[in-house]
Amino acid sequence: MEYLILQTLNGIQLGLLMFLLAAGLTLTFGIMDLVNLAHGSLYMVGAYFAWTFIAWTDSFVLGALLALPAALALGVAVEMVVMRRLYARDHLDQVLATFGLILFFNELVRVVWGPAGKSVALPSFVAGTIDIMPGVPYPAYRFAIIVVGAVVALLLAWLVTRTRMGMLIRAGASNRRMVGALGVDIGLLFTLVFGLGAVFAALAGLMAAPILSIKIGMGDDILILAFVIIVIGGIGSVKGAFVAAMIVGQIDIFGRAYVPDLLKTFLSAAAASSAAPAISQVLIYVVMAAVLVWRPTGLFGQRS
Amino acid sequence: MRKILASLGTPRGLVVAVLLLAMALLPVIAQVLDQRYLLSVSTRIVIWSIAAAGLNIMLGYGGMVSFGHAVFWGIGGYAVGIFAHHGVHDGWLQWPVGIAAAMAWATLIGALSLRTRGVYFIMITLAFAQLVYYVAVGLEPYGADDGLNIAGRSQFSGLIDLRDRGQFYWLCFALMLATIWFCARLANSRFGLVVRGAKSNETRMAALGFPVFRYRLVAFAISGGFGGLSGLLLANHDAYISPAMMSWVKSGDLIVIVVLGGMGTVFGPLFGTIAFFVLEESLKPLMDMASKGTGEYWQIVFGPLLVLVALYARGGLDSLLGRGRARSRHRG
Repeated sequence: MEYLILQTLNGIQLGLLMFLLAAGLTLTFGIMDLVNLAHGSLYMVGAYFAWTFIAWTDSFVLGALLALPAALALGVAVEMVVMRRLYARDHLDQVLATFGLILFFNELVRVVWGPAGKSVALPSFVAGTIDIMPGVPYPAYRFAIIVVGAVVALLLAWLVTRTRMGMLIRAGASNRRMVGALGVDIGLLFTLVFGLGAVFAALAGLMAAPILSIKIGMGDDILILAFVIIVIGGIGSVKGAFVAAMIVGQIDIFGRAYVPDLLKTFLSAAAASSAAPAISQVLIYVVMAAVLVWRPTGLFGQRS
Repeated sequence: MRKILASLGTPRGLVVAVLLLAMALLPVIAQVLDQRYLLSVSTRIVIWSIAAAGLNIMLGYGGMVSFGHAVFWGIGGYAVGIFAHHGVHDGWLQWPVGIAAAMAWATLIGALSLRTRGVYFIMITLAFAQLVYYVAVGLEPYGADDGLNIAGRSQFSGLIDLRDRGQFYWLCFALMLATIWFCARLANSRFGLVVRGAKSNETRMAALGFPVFRYRLVAFAISGGFGGLSGLLLANHDAYISPAMMSWVKSGDLIVIVVLGGMGTVFGPLFGTIAFFVLEESLKPLMDMASKGTGEYWQIVFGPLLVLVALYARGGLDSLLGRGRARSRHRG
């Protein structure tokens, strides 16, 4: 029972991290109709920014607070230099150009920060464990990720559903031209949304930094998971991204936690433990395929 | 024959003729220059361009952006590797099984993914490729993450010796010519015209009574089959297979090649592959010349180059040789 609770929490924590990444993607997808493969690069660079600023200020919180505006600046710069030229192009052009950006950023990081991975120490105030229930300890840092992730998710929900900017975002997602015709500076809105997505990606990157290691290409694999999430959830839907992120988080964690035991009933222990992570990944893609066959535009996507 | 001679008069015909002649003589040239590396790179170019030509059927002619095409390299490669691992080196068995497996997988994922459109199609083909990738990562008996060394090359009843680098190159070259020829014929056949028509206006083709879904599915399967063939050759060339050969970055490379060469053109995939390898092999020394030790960071130049190609050079290299048949731009 305790094990089940802990694994569920791990699943929520992973889901929230991936939601942060997927939220920016689904917004740029939904509003600008942009396939941005380089979103994972923003996640990676966000983590490296955090490492630099944490080393510089000697404080996790200060470093994180400096890394976020830096990521915003980077996001805005990328939008202004490359992305805005891609909005009107077809998806193939976007895939090609942002694939080029991935190569560029991976190499840039290697030039600036060197080929070796970096690690960030756990901030001391969340280094221990806390009892989530009497007698059930849980790492405080992971719990902090859940709290921050949940707060940001709520904030985003508030932003999208309750504010004027959110209204424009939703309006832009359903009809860009109409919003532009009504006198809204759609270019500025796009830049802001892209920057916001970059901040979320960097936040995910810097929060993941102490538990995963910071390395080149760290954004690439998780980016594909983020794509899977927004495709399951329905492109453009923040709610869909949240639900799908939770589903994928749970599948991943439970796949890793329980599949090895299942496999051991008919495989050797060594073979089972090596196959299990692969199988939990495979499960995610099977779920995605099933959802798309059932609903070709995702769980919460707009039917055409 | 007269058609071929007449085409020599055009810039494209002349370039292709010179290129193919040079490629046909390459093992001899490499021998004379004593450049084994040149032969190895050229072999890879020839093998990659078979897969690129296959992808071009889908992507170039059909407008279906498959972002998981490297998976067919994996399927073809693992067919050779797994047979060899169990001591079966007979190419008459390995190769048909590898190609059939690639086509079967293409048909299966095609049947599912062709239900979707646009970005969803791009992502679902990517996801299926990742699925196979992770299956290979979990395949402990066949090396899992580390891959598998292949002890012996495919054998064809003693007719050809694939261990001989020259013979292997010529086999690959012949297969590449056959692939390009087949793709050109296919593109201009009734079948090809339907697939191309569906790219520019799906509704109209459906209204004309063509079952667009089935045509696309067959195009997907053929495309996958060439990917499988290319994978078989790659495994024989490297004498090694691993999940890395079907990582999503490789699928991206293949798209880059097809676009770089010119989508929906006969020789575009070959031009694209050559350009891709030449860029890789020349950027390194060029950057090293500019500033010592920067060559290993060649992708910092290559990446922005791709952005520029996507933004400003949609016709690809083929369009530099003048317009071939009219091509229409398609939208995602």
